[in-house]
Amino acid sequence: MSLEEFRAETRAWLEANCPDSMRTPISGEGDICWGGRDWKFKSEDQRLWLERMVSKGWTVPAWPTEYGGGGLSKDEAFVLKEEMKRIGARSPLDSFGIWMLGPALLKFGTHEQKLEHLPPIARGEIRWCQGYSEPGAGSDLASLRTKGVLDGDHYTVNGQKVWTSYADKSDWIFALVRTEPDAPKHEGISFLLIDMAQDGVSTKPIKLISGKSPFCETFFDDAKALVKNRVGDAGQGWTIAKYLLSHERASIVSEGAFGGLNPITAAKASGEMDEDGKLADPILRGEVAKLTIDGLAFEATMRRVKEEADHGEGVGARASALKYLGTELNKRRHELNMSALGSDGLLWEGDAESDGDPARNWLRARANSIEGGTSEIQLNIVAKRVLELPGG
Amino acid sequence: MTFILNDEEQMLRDSAKSFLKQTSPVSALRKLRDDKDPVGYSASVWSSMAEMGWCGVLVEEDHGGVDLGYTAAGLLLQEMGRTLCASPFLPTAVLSASALRLAGSDAQKSAWLPKIASGEAVIAFAVDEKARHNPERIDTKAIKDGNGFRLSGEKRFVSCAMGADAFIVAARTEDGRINLFLVDADAAGVERTARRTLDSHVPADIRFDDVKLDGDALLNGAEDSETAYRHVLDAGRACLAAESLGVAEEAFDLTVDYIKEREQFGQPIGSFQGLQHRAAHLYSEMELARTLVMKALRALDETPSQAPLWCAAAKAKATEVSRLAGSEGIQMYGGVGMTDEYDIGLYYKRAQAAGEFLGDDSWGAGQVARLSGY
Repeated sequence: MSLEEFRAETRAWLEANCPDSMRTPISGEGDICWGGRDWKFKSEDQRLWLERMVSKGWTVPAWPTEYGGGGLSKDEAFVLKEEMKRIGARSPLDSFGIWMLGPALLKFGTHEQKLEHLPPIARGEIRWCQGYSEPGAGSDLASLRTKGVLDGDHYTVNGQKVWTSYADKSDWIFALVRTEPDAPKHEGISFLLIDMAQDGVSTKPIKLISGKSPFCETFFDDAKALVKNRVGDAGQGWTIAKYLLSHERASIVSEGAFGGLNPITAAKASGEMDEDGKLADPILRGEVAKLTIDGLAFEATMRRVKEEADHGEGVGARASALKYLGTELNKRRHELNMSALGSDGLLWEGDAESDGDPARNWLRARANSIEGGTSEIQLNIVAKRVLELPGG
Repeated sequence: MTFILNDEEQMLRDSAKSFLKQTSPVSALRKLRDDKDPVGYSASVWSSMAEMGWCGVLVEEDHGGVDLGYTAAGLLLQEMGRTLCASPFLPTAVLSASALRLAGSDAQKSAWLPKIASGEAVIAFAVDEKARHNPERIDTKAIKDGNGFRLSGEKRFVSCAMGADAFIVAARTEDGRINLFLVDADAAGVERTARRTLDSHVPADIRFDDVKLDGDALLNGAEDSETAYRHVLDAGRACLAAESLGVAEEAFDLTVDYIKEREQFGQPIGSFQGLQHRAAHLYSEMELARTLVMKALRALDETPSQAPLWCAAAKAKATEVSRLAGSEGIQMYGGVGMTDEYDIGLYYKRAQAAGEFLGDDSWGAGQVARLSGY
């Protein structure tokens, strides 16, 4: 089938199968479909949309069909994305299984592991979370101490993870665990898949300066992880984790994860425009204009880097520069949004559900340049891998 | 649009790189400076550029040009920025050629465009009258006088004007509108004063004292002269932004090479995190400037209605980043960065001058705000 035929068929199928209410913009966290054992659909349309997309394998369009994917080529997957965008179709399913574990399993997993774990991710039956950071292992992730001791067909796992997003709502966790205590620190870590429906695993939500958050602490207390659920060799976990982190940064590039918020909209809402329609405070206006320039530049740079990557130059460590730029830009965006809102931005709780959002989102944005590798770590990577500066 | 250069563009860039490296390295600028060259650029380099077709990069083939478009013009200027090549390329081959193409009558095009393409004519482009760039603040007047005009006013820091055969001058006609006039450099009542600037260029202040012009001095081929005027300036901004980007790139490359070599405390200073983060931050900012410059040049070639925003954004960002590359370069070089012997300071100075001309980062931000409706 030619790409144009594929486009025509896809367009017709989407028109016939995407429910009208699934073609409206998501208004918040509550509209996202995460799936999982305990998932409660927000609407009948949400259930129907997921079911229909699952039947085509289009929750994970580029995965092989034998693992629940659509088996589409890169070009076809792009066409599907374009056609979904054309009608404003929502993503039928979002999850860390799709974004993170899936790519790792596809690259490092055995055929049996893929068969066991990928289809439930594609169908939205199992929800995954990621167990990387620990209280004593942040930027120096490889110093992690959660311990796994081999005991016949399983590892006995003890320790604590932190910043595990949605751990309290997840079914399984993929975690970095030290299984080879005598090996050098980067070589003693294994990548284990652990079922959270067992007594040895417990979670506790973390409250942030911005209020409620999806983050949790996750505790392992003689938890069991079967050896067959170790991805890669014992001690290969760090390699997999690094691959996933770079994959995560590269997907920031292709998805364009930042943007949307506009301080001018805020200034209009708070009545801070003058009669000529200009932002009344000239200094703030200048700051916003510089932000506009950097925002235009950043979005276009993501397209440029993606085009160059498709052209064979690869994203590589340049993704770190983009992660750095994008997160720092997003923080600036929120800061100027708060300035434009003035005292309206200070509201923390009110009658409407959205009251307090600007302040909470502003605070939450501080984490952008910490999570997924701090800005300083990204600069280290650029210095060493892009500029090839010596040392370290 | 695509961000990827096509084969023709890549070849042009590569040949420009090797030509400029041989013919117009930084030492050539130093020589012009030390010899107190009266016009501030090399006539022989300029005629070589003409032989290679560069001067006609924006001139139609009918008029003897190669008509490769703004992306090509920008690529040439980017390479000129890398070697700090001083030439009338921007005022003549970009600004004046664009003005003639957009606003000239057929007769004016036939008279002047072939001379631009062949390198025979150097034409300066005179806009600003006060210290900071503002293309709307034009007080030079062109008063109707019989079939012609009388031109009075003063222009400041006009690039390459000392070597120019003619000027294209922005002036207000009696209806209050801005029009462009072609003025012979030797006309009675024209007085040029050389101004030597920090980047070793030699612009000039020009005084027009009741200069008598023929009727055909007015560029009258455009439907709306002000629209054409603004478009010419946008094109100039994008191309000058490309030069600033080249300045930034070379300053950055020099600096990164230097901190890999220079040792203190028994190791290369580039191994210290303090400098690594400065360099990595600068690299990241340069990525943004690179994108905007390409975006602006492609917009001029492919989607002119979008060009004003991208040209203003590109000019602002390239100005900011080239200045940053110069100042960070000097900081990372340390003491020797302050000496005239090392080139890094020369890049910083050109960054400042190229940044100022046609609007710096503050001006560009203001323009972006206006165009965005706030």
